[in-house]
Amino acid sequence: MEDWRKDQEIVVMEGRIKVPYRWAAGEVGTRYLQALRDEMRFLGTRCPGCGIVYHPPRRNCPDCERECGEWVELGERGTLLTYTVVRRHHPQLSPLPLPFGYGIVRLEGADTGFLHLLYEFQEGELRAGLPVEAVFAQEREGSVLDVRYFRPVREVG
Amino acid sequence: MEPVAVVGVGMTAMRRERRKDGYADLVYEAVCLALEDAGMTIDQVDNVVTVSNDFFDGRTISSMAIQDACGSYDKNVSTVEGDGTFGAFYGLMRILSGSFGTTLVCAHHKGSESEMALITNAMFDPIYERFLGVEAITSSALQARAYMDKYGVTEEDCALVSVKNHGNAFRNPVAQLPLELTVEEVMASPYVAEPLKVLDCCPISDGASAVILASAERAAKITDKPVWVRGVAHCCDAYHLGDRDLSDVRALQYAARKAYSMAGISDPRQEIDLVELYDAFTYMELMWLEGLGFCDPGDGGKLTASGATALDGKIPVNPSGGCLSGHPVLVAGLNRIIECVLQLRGDAGERQVDGVRAAVAHGVNGPCGQSHCVWVLGGER
Repeated sequence: MEDWRKDQEIVVMEGRIKVPYRWAAGEVGTRYLQALRDEMRFLGTRCPGCGIVYHPPRRNCPDCERECGEWVELGERGTLLTYTVVRRHHPQLSPLPLPFGYGIVRLEGADTGFLHLLYEFQEGELRAGLPVEAVFAQEREGSVLDVRYFRPVREVG
Repeated sequence: MEPVAVVGVGMTAMRRERRKDGYADLVYEAVCLALEDAGMTIDQVDNVVTVSNDFFDGRTISSMAIQDACGSYDKNVSTVEGDGTFGAFYGLMRILSGSFGTTLVCAHHKGSESEMALITNAMFDPIYERFLGVEAITSSALQARAYMDKYGVTEEDCALVSVKNHGNAFRNPVAQLPLELTVEEVMASPYVAEPLKVLDCCPISDGASAVILASAERAAKITDKPVWVRGVAHCCDAYHLGDRDLSDVRALQYAARKAYSMAGISDPRQEIDLVELYDAFTYMELMWLEGLGFCDPGDGGKLTASGATALDGKIPVNPSGGCLSGHPVLVAGLNRIIECVLQLRGDAGERQVDGVRAAVAHGVNGPCGQSHCVWVLGGER
């Protein structure tokens, strides 16, 4: 009875699930993304209870659950909190050629970090505390990729 | 808490690809092993909790597709989408509700059937984060860097975990990746996302596991070797990585404190004999050891270098080989519980640690250990 299993080649069905989604950014997310797109400005929201400025902006404070009604304009420069340099390219995921990085950046005026891409850095240059700045895309469409990436601040002159 | 025991456990072998088995086949195998271990038949199972993830399985309401394999007909079933430790927690609650005397909890995962990076990318927010291409390894690299920077932990410290856990896996027949390694070899493996190298990362795996929980009354009829749940707790932290200090393990500290308090444990360093924790990446073993209170923050590397966490050390950690030696997602947390059960019963074979009276099992959910579940298990109530 066991013979039928011997040398049996297992059938494998291949498939690809491709389902379109339409994720609403909501009122708060929309205002944020529009400011990125139209004015190249970063906005955050401040919690009236604990005073924390959230970036990206939040409708409610996850700490104290109050509604964050106040909008705050943030700088386009910030501080690198942590980072990684990606060394393995993924054909469907990597948005930039190697070596690019990911970093968590705390923008001037914000209390929370912002996950984004790092590029235009020298080998060994990245470190926690490094000042970085946003590089905006020429063509902007209202997404976080309207910021192409963050790069180390280079003072000119 | 009313006493609840683990009365049966079953694990399939973890392998890179188990093509001969569909995921329902793996579930069936794990459930049969757990029933056999408990000396039970399926009609003695009062209710079933399954653990699965629709993205990994490539079908919606994935839990319904494996009910046939776990003998759920005519039973109350429910589902957890998350790590197995959380599934078992829910199974435990169902017994504590008084409605059920026994719960079968089973989890499955076939990493071979999809694309890990694409699926872990999909755990990130589609408005703010997903388009960046970040996934499990790159996000964990951010945490590893934050942790290592804060405490001066080195890549060599992390490499020691890889050497130890892959070495332990030689004594575990279900482990996927026993490897004889040196720190130099781990250090020489290529970077995936700095500071994480190939040998700092868990493999992709296929596997399934099951545990059977029972009330004290039912446990007494089922087994003479019950393993008791002395304490258990979980705790969650922020979703967005930028909202957290990634080097901080406050959610784990909170869960651990609560679980220890339930178990009447005041000093885990003296009162816990063995730990199975969620080492998806080497640095995580160090961080989680600190969060669980087995050393001070930042001292995980020193503790590991001292040999204390080795199989013959004072507090063996991941004697099974850990997630680094086999990582079916979701299943992995149940496997942490199961290894503790086997060690407490004295059934851990070649890797049996002497005199295990209390053990800690730990699982995580969400990116970079967003939430943690801590179990304290013991041979006595």
